Amino acid sequence: MSVDTTPQTAAAPAPSAGTNMSRLAFRMRDYGIVAALVIIVIALSISTDTFLTSGNLVNLLDQTAVIGLLATGATICIISGVFDLTASATLALSAIIGVQVGRVTDVYVGMLAAVVAGALLGFVTGTVVVRSGVNSFVGTLATSMVYRGLAVMVTGGAIVYPLTASAEDFGMLTWPSLFGLTSATIMFVVVVAILGLVVARTTFGRRLYAVGGNAEAARLSGIRVGSIHVTAFMISGVCSALAGLILASRAGSAQSTMATGTELTAIAAAVVGGTSILGGEGAVWRAIVGALLLTLIGNGFNLLGWDTIYQQVLQGLLILFAVTMDRWLRKRTR
Amino acid sequence: MSSQKAPSIAVRGVGKSYSGVTVLHDIDLDIAPGEVHGLVGENGAGKSTLLKILGGAIKADAGTLSFDGDQVTVGSPRDAIAHGISLISQEGALVPALSVLDNVFLARWSHRGGLVSARTDRKRLAELMETTGFTVDPDARVDGLPIGVQQQVEILRSLARGARVIAMDEPTAVLAEHEKENLLGLIRKLAAGGTTIILVSHFLEEVLSVADRITVLRDGALIRTGNASETSPRELVGHMVGREIDVLYPDPQPVPDGAPVMLAARGLKRGLVNGVDLQVRSGEILGIAGLVGSGRTETLRLLFGADRPVEGVVEVDGVELAKHTPRAAMAAGVAMVPESRKEQGLVMVRSVAENVALSSLSGRRAGPFVKRPAEKTAVGDISKSVDIRAANPEAAIETLSGGNQQKALFAKWLLREPKVLLIDEPTRGVDVAAKTQIHHLITGLAADGLAVVCVSSEIEELLALSHRVLVLRHGEPAGEFPRGTSPEVVIAAAFGSHEGEPS
Repeated sequence: MSVDTTPQTAAAPAPSAGTNMSRLAFRMRDYGIVAALVIIVIALSISTDTFLTSGNLVNLLDQTAVIGLLATGATICIISGVFDLTASATLALSAIIGVQVGRVTDVYVGMLAAVVAGALLGFVTGTVVVRSGVNSFVGTLATSMVYRGLAVMVTGGAIVYPLTASAEDFGMLTWPSLFGLTSATIMFVVVVAILGLVVARTTFGRRLYAVGGNAEAARLSGIRVGSIHVTAFMISGVCSALAGLILASRAGSAQSTMATGTELTAIAAAVVGGTSILGGEGAVWRAIVGALLLTLIGNGFNLLGWDTIYQQVLQGLLILFAVTMDRWLRKRTR
Repeated sequence: MSSQKAPSIAVRGVGKSYSGVTVLHDIDLDIAPGEVHGLVGENGAGKSTLLKILGGAIKADAGTLSFDGDQVTVGSPRDAIAHGISLISQEGALVPALSVLDNVFLARWSHRGGLVSARTDRKRLAELMETTGFTVDPDARVDGLPIGVQQQVEILRSLARGARVIAMDEPTAVLAEHEKENLLGLIRKLAAGGTTIILVSHFLEEVLSVADRITVLRDGALIRTGNASETSPRELVGHMVGREIDVLYPDPQPVPDGAPVMLAARGLKRGLVNGVDLQVRSGEILGIAGLVGSGRTETLRLLFGADRPVEGVVEVDGVELAKHTPRAAMAAGVAMVPESRKEQGLVMVRSVAENVALSSLSGRRAGPFVKRPAEKTAVGDISKSVDIRAANPEAAIETLSGGNQQKALFAKWLLREPKVLLIDEPTRGVDVAAKTQIHHLITGLAADGLAVVCVSSEIEELLALSHRVLVLRHGEPAGEFPRGTSPEVVIAAAFGSHEGEPS
């Protein structure tokens, strides 16, 4: 092999039944979830007249935007080996800050303030976790309670609204935009595309995977493990703030109880997409596939007129199935 | 220990494959009661797999296993324990946060009326320690103990469970010279008492000195089983690789006169390490010898800034390191191949290419982006020069053999073109052929002008590769020896003048 200059083609061993099998298992692990998504799309297209209408698809993507953004933030954190349970509290707090700043300045400055607040909250979360050395699960759980409490303090427990004069502008993320998609969807797609590129193609992305896969090896390779983690939390904070803006824009208001519990849905979407909770493996596109899959199930229940009581059961089973498959295929390919 | 006699073991037609790749094929093997049976072979030959099948950790796909003629199914560790088989694997299977006492009697605690009776266990442990000659603090937490002692705890546990067959995977790989002797002595003693020992090891002399019979595996097939007394290491190696090869060490090139001092350290102190001074010139290989717990690894880590020294100075190429961090050391041109590939060296779930590129990412970037063509070329070239044998650079590095993983670890650091290379255990868990390659790599790098500091538990390896050997004892320098010193002298220094080892 040392004389071979094109190892990808020439040095590959002759494919035997065995390697084909393992390659199949490998592919299954990589793209099985995409196949599941396609199957559900096809099934819904056939069984309902309403699924493949542009109205429904626009609606579906709009619904995916919030959970998709949160799942992207969750995925980036999980890849680096930490969990961010502050996501929904950060979402609420930064949306509230956005509305309040918007009241004293204007809507655009308010939205910018929300994003900055998300990044800052992420910075604080990350710094707390890194400096304290507490397990991220526990550390961010505690931090999320603080944020949620701050949100109550800031609002006095009430719903906050933008000024009446700017109420229409505040709803801008629900407006139709390119290809008839909502502005929220466009923002979601752009942000996710950028983050996907950051994770897959930059040196930061490489370090993110290394830190999540083996923090000590990463440190001994000269990587600042702490700052990678803080950056991951900041990205997650920005994603939360953007998701918060979408929700607030839709509702025309923000409140301290916004999106309670969605951080877990986001982690579920990340895991369903195939990101390993052990860290070091995963991808942004997987977060999107996971989020789409969970949203599709809700959409399908609506369209088919099924009782939504069963929706949660099915989503729960799907998560279990995804994780079990991942574990099973991982065992076989080792 | 158990009053039951060890069974005679018969393995027939055992095979195992992982996702279609055969790792063991049609193995027939008989092991007599009270026998010490050695399993040898290159990495990937299937010896660990066979051992794990015998130890009940994994299930064979084909074939049968019988004890005293009765066919048995050992599909789980629980079954294996019930049959009196105990597996001591390389990774260890202790519960880190529990005490020695709790680990030894794990899930087998004595109890009275539903309550765990620690007093009975303490007495049993004291008896076991007397039998084995180990002295371990029963209340010490296991994760605070050195690896060698942790292994003793595992052996104590096997005996506490009344094991009649003990299967050990590379038990001496983590031990210092005198600990090895103790362990081999214990193996002989246990065998004389009727316990069957199955032993996997890379150290052929060791296997030959302790085993009654030795089985050689190659590419998942059993090549031959023979009496140890009628076999030479050379013959074994021949069977292992399918050809006779020399296990000769390359000689390092002499250090050129006037070569500058590339690495210097003065008064390094932290924890165990208490005032280590050293100097290494460009082109020189300095070996550091010492027993486990002598501060060898710790010294290397202080040099690299992996741990921060409490006191002391490290100079690289005449310039003192301002900060003791890996980043600062790397910026000054220092690289370290750490002791444990799995824990400190490689990101096992990532690809070969990503691992090799990891420590030199900043050198190949365009803005925030990785220059992928440049990376592909760099990784390809360095992989070729250290001979990493991977079918695909995008494969996860954990799919490679130990030897190829170790070569990848060297490649990762060589991409930085360091001036100083610190190496902890260059060939641990590496097969014979890769070992020789790594030895040549090290002497070659020194010949190119690198200053090399090498720590190894294998005293022959250290003496053969180094220009000088520094011996540490209790974290302090205990002598320095030139090339050509006999192993006995170095070992005596490592022990202290009064208790030199007879061997």
